[in-house]
Amino acid sequence: MTGPVLEVDGLAVSFPGETGRVQAVRGLSYAVGPGEVLGIVGESGSGKSVSSLAVMGLLPPNAAVSGSIRFRGRELLGLSDKQLSAIRGRRVAMVFQDPLSALTPVFTVGDQVAEALLTHDRDLSGRDARRRAVELLDLVGIPDAANRSRAYPHEFSGGMRQRVVIAMAIACDPDLIIADEPTTALDVTVQAQVLDVLRTARDVTGAAVVLITHDLGVVAGFADRVMVMYAGRAVETGPTDAVYAHPRMPYTLGLLRAVPRLDAAAQLVPIEGHPPSLVGLPPGCPFAPRCPMVIDACRTTEPELSVVDGEQYAACLRGKEIIADDSATELRVTTAGGRDRIVLSVHGLTKTFPITKGSVFRRRVGAVHAVDGISFDIAEGETLGLVGESGCGKTTTLMEILGMAKPRAGHVEILGRVTHELDKAARKALRADVQVVFQDPVASLDPRLPVADIIAEPLRVHGHDRTAARARVAELLDLVGLGQEHAHRFPGEFSGGQRQRIGIARALALRPKLLVLDEPVSALDVSIQAGVINLLDELKAKLGVAYLVVSHDLSVIRHLADRVAVMYLGRIVEIGAADEVFAGPSHPYTQALLSAVPIPDPPVERRRERIVLTGDLPDPAHPPAGCPFHTRCFRRLTLSEEDRSRCVGTAPTLASHGVDHDVACHFA
Amino acid sequence: MTLMRDDEVSASATPVEAPVEVISRGRLVLRRFRRRRLALAGLVVIVLLYLLAFVAPVFTPWRYDDLDYAAFLSAPSPSHWFGTTKIGEDVFAQVMRGLQKSLTIGLLVGVISTSVSAVVGATAGYLGGFANRVLMWVTDLLLVLPAFLIIAIASPWFKGANWLVFVALLAAFNWMITARIVRGMTLSLREREFVLAAKFMGQPAWRIIATHILPNMASLLIVDATINVGVAVLTETSLSFFGFGVQPPDVSLGTLIAAGTGSATTYPWLFLAPAGFLVAFVLAVNLVGDGLRDAIDPSSGGGR
Repeated sequence: MTGPVLEVDGLAVSFPGETGRVQAVRGLSYAVGPGEVLGIVGESGSGKSVSSLAVMGLLPPNAAVSGSIRFRGRELLGLSDKQLSAIRGRRVAMVFQDPLSALTPVFTVGDQVAEALLTHDRDLSGRDARRRAVELLDLVGIPDAANRSRAYPHEFSGGMRQRVVIAMAIACDPDLIIADEPTTALDVTVQAQVLDVLRTARDVTGAAVVLITHDLGVVAGFADRVMVMYAGRAVETGPTDAVYAHPRMPYTLGLLRAVPRLDAAAQLVPIEGHPPSLVGLPPGCPFAPRCPMVIDACRTTEPELSVVDGEQYAACLRGKEIIADDSATELRVTTAGGRDRIVLSVHGLTKTFPITKGSVFRRRVGAVHAVDGISFDIAEGETLGLVGESGCGKTTTLMEILGMAKPRAGHVEILGRVTHELDKAARKALRADVQVVFQDPVASLDPRLPVADIIAEPLRVHGHDRTAARARVAELLDLVGLGQEHAHRFPGEFSGGQRQRIGIARALALRPKLLVLDEPVSALDVSIQAGVINLLDELKAKLGVAYLVVSHDLSVIRHLADRVAVMYLGRIVEIGAADEVFAGPSHPYTQALLSAVPIPDPPVERRRERIVLTGDLPDPAHPPAGCPFHTRCFRRLTLSEEDRSRCVGTAPTLASHGVDHDVACHFA
Repeated sequence: MTLMRDDEVSASATPVEAPVEVISRGRLVLRRFRRRRLALAGLVVIVLLYLLAFVAPVFTPWRYDDLDYAAFLSAPSPSHWFGTTKIGEDVFAQVMRGLQKSLTIGLLVGVISTSVSAVVGATAGYLGGFANRVLMWVTDLLLVLPAFLIIAIASPWFKGANWLVFVALLAAFNWMITARIVRGMTLSLREREFVLAAKFMGQPAWRIIATHILPNMASLLIVDATINVGVAVLTETSLSFFGFGVQPPDVSLGTLIAAGTGSATTYPWLFLAPAGFLVAFVLAVNLVGDGLRDAIDPSSGGGR
């Protein structure tokens, strides 16, 4: 069993497009050996997914594929669909990004795993297949696999579904597993679990793994070798450690500088410009227009991948000259000293959603406590980061604050005024001081309005006349780094990062005191993300706005926030100064959350001791009694019987653990 | 490595010292519309049809109700440009007379019924709750009750009323299905973040509907309106049956087409003349509608 499992040589894929052929992959070559993990990293549109679909033979019929793909020495290109089916699924398995659409909703998961076995092994009896399916489900860490195998996909959480998909992938003991963004749709703590399962799968089957992702952190801890793709080509490849320590291609270097890191609060360095269109690429290196070290030769010839150092290859004319210097400037904006003027304060905010049954006569059968009595405040010019996994009530909290309606319990004060007690006119006036930036820059801008009208909308609502609004729009465009010539274009003509800038400009139009940011960068590519984060940092220093940032991405919060609040099942479990919380997390959940975030630095990532939480978020309709976290708590396992019952019996309240550091744990 | 402050200042980066004029949506749509040649041609055709309908009768020797006892069912000739009917009426004069009414009826019914469906559907969908229930109850009621039954029962009250009542009636029984579609689309648009954003900046409901919701379903509304124009011209004949609207000897394009259909193969001019004008009219309206849709929808190509 020597020699590579998969060899890709000069692979090129193109699609017919409206303005010409889209060159999605342009000459890609790589090889993976047995048991080896190759990480393919790139931004959206870099061709990483298309190249793996080509390996599986799953490209649409209008794609033109050339080059060579050899699996165990056998040429795959040109095989008929039927011949490919014999290899696909049995010898080559794929794990997709979205575990919900990868499973059929109408069959039980056990049957689906069994089906994967039966299609490729006709001799297997149904009963044996089912027994083996249970074994596999057990292997990927599904508790009580025998019973759970009779459940349907919708009864599983996202992480559990992804485990099932992995079980199906390894069912036939494949030689190669292709995982396309396997953890992108999952929360951090679940991501850590799934990566562990994938690692187990690799160890059990001895298969080669091709891991495709945009997350440099995921690759750092898992992959042996890494390949960086840009504009349909590999621009750098080599052993993971070497590539991360000494990137030789300016793009890799830029990516590593642009990604926010949990363990460093340095200023991010974004990459200028955005990825090129893959239609009619000009000659020369495709990265040249964005490259800070471009020379004339770069614009005429496209460099091939060539050896720079041992096993490390880079496609750069100056690859040998580049050695990363750690001169990233330390430019952290410090908070203004006193917290005298409170902009927003939330007291015991509670929001419940009723659960109803019956279609003719609706009756309440219970309530989901989406937000369960949380309190926090934000001072002028301060940034509070609200962190938590999906379903913990972050977004509900925001909507309650912004909605200004009477909450189920508690109250919200903005600039010292209780929002639900205001009359209509006062509430409208107060809205000028609180503005919001949404997660999805595509959905948050009206596609039918020109940019100038979008930005001017809040101004017009609050009674500014047309000429005043026009002047302010020009000012705002300038403030967020867009040109004035953009004013009469429509949102559809902008890239994601630019749209988010428009969203920020709109939010700043009325000079608000508080800006609420709902996952402001999570929909953006890494190289674009950094630009927006820097912009937010800069605006805070310039305008003195207070931010309330909600994010599931702790690295982003690390970069933006002065104070952090960690939420779990509708409650704040830890709140305090960002530096203190990140340096010394006291609540077990915070500790687990921090340890689950991958760090894009292979040696650090491998040395780290990781706390992998067991299980998923409990059903919010039936939260555990006492401390909501006790079902997944690792600290509780070390306690005496008596102390354990205290976790179940009484819910802990926030108690002070330092100057500005409160923790809700009996044993912190 | 040099420090880069910004990730995406447009590559074209024209030096922008002098502030570029900021253009609002209304002017932008107008500008985009003016670049659509076909749409402009459609507009010109509609204007020409109006001119023809009102000016041409002045120059013909025949009035629409004159009878030429020397020419029954005669083919088009220099004295009767579009021929005559079986009782000797001049078809050209009749078509012009019919056009005068049908143009206005068609356009008004199209605009009114689509506006009603847009307002009712969007209001019900956006506000939800009580407003939704009442509006949809009315809509469903009108949908299930046969329109012509109601008109037949109510027709005594409309005896002798002028044709504007008639336009209102036509529009009143034409908006329900579209209103339901509009409501459905509003329900999904209402959840979009740009609507939330507008709400959180304090924009009142009616303005959100007017500036965000309706423009985003403009394609549907425009197509609906253009179809309604043609439908209105034709259904108007069936209303005439109930004794109001256009009564003989007065004519409309609808009644002319209805009367001429039977002789379409034997005396084709009776049918072809009014039908040709209807086709030209509906086609022109469609072109204008297409142009308007493209002008409002930024994702359709073409000049900005």
